[in-house]
Amino acid sequence: MTIGLGHYLAVGATLFTLGILGIFLNRKNVIVILMSIELILLAVNINLVAFSSFLHDIVGQVFALLVLTVAAAEAAIGLAVLVVYFRNRGSIAVEDINLMKG
Amino acid sequence: MIFPALFFYLFAAVLIGSAVMVIASRNPVHSVLFLILAFVNASGLFVLLGAEFLAMILIVVYVGAVAVLFLFVIMMLDVDFAELREGFMEYLPFGLVIGGIFLAELIAVALGWAIGPTVSSAVTAPIPADVSNTEAIGLVLYTRYIHYFQLSGLVLLVAMIGAIVLTLRHKASVKRQSIAAQNARKKATAMAVRQVASGQGLRESDAAEWVK
Repeated sequence: MTIGLGHYLAVGATLFTLGILGIFLNRKNVIVILMSIELILLAVNINLVAFSSFLHDIVGQVFALLVLTVAAAEAAIGLAVLVVYFRNRGSIAVEDINLMKG
Repeated sequence: MIFPALFFYLFAAVLIGSAVMVIASRNPVHSVLFLILAFVNASGLFVLLGAEFLAMILIVVYVGAVAVLFLFVIMMLDVDFAELREGFMEYLPFGLVIGGIFLAELIAVALGWAIGPTVSSAVTAPIPADVSNTEAIGLVLYTRYIHYFQLSGLVLLVAMIGAIVLTLRHKASVKRQSIAAQNARKKATAMAVRQVASGQGLRESDAAEWVK
């Protein structure tokens, strides 16, 4: 019983789908949507590292490191926006985010 | 060797299970804690894949910083989360359809996929056999990908400045030190010489006119 590339890709695909599903299920809660985005980025990282490991190419891990950086920056900015929004409106429901009438 | 397979299935099962709990749990605090569990198990998968450096970075950056940031924000904001969950069952069928289509597409890709014959010769930076994973990443990251490395540092700098600029606010009720005002103080504006009549002293009620 050997674990191949396909096993890791299956885990990544399931995780990605769960992230998408999380965005749809928690359409009112911005915090859970941000967490779902983190799950999606984690799935991408698993794919990158799996390919890097099975193709013996270190570049995939370097790229995963960059994805990790962007994900951390995104979480920080997203949560800062959330805090400012909560201060102004007293709510974080997605449907209340309509000040710009877009 | 059955242990790598065993641990793969353990980590993968806990990872998927905690990911389900992240999106399905009622309390967002529980969601964050399950997110931490998911990250820890993903780093276990990374160790199995031989990417030890990324596994440790995942623990330090995600569990240590990002997840705790989430936890802080959730506990800081006084939000009625029960209200935010109202549409959950309403969106469930729609979400399941979208997720099902997505998963079916991904499975179709996963079943029909094969590595091209030219891929193994197109490897840009083969993993060296005699150095550790951290050193191997460093050898590539600081030479060939130095610009990407510096750009990601810039991204973090912009994120840091952005987060501070967004959340910093000056309350009128809080007294702050104004260094410019302190430096601008001169002897003429700060001091005044008064002639005080003998035996009378200074009255408190006159204080208003002393101050210029």
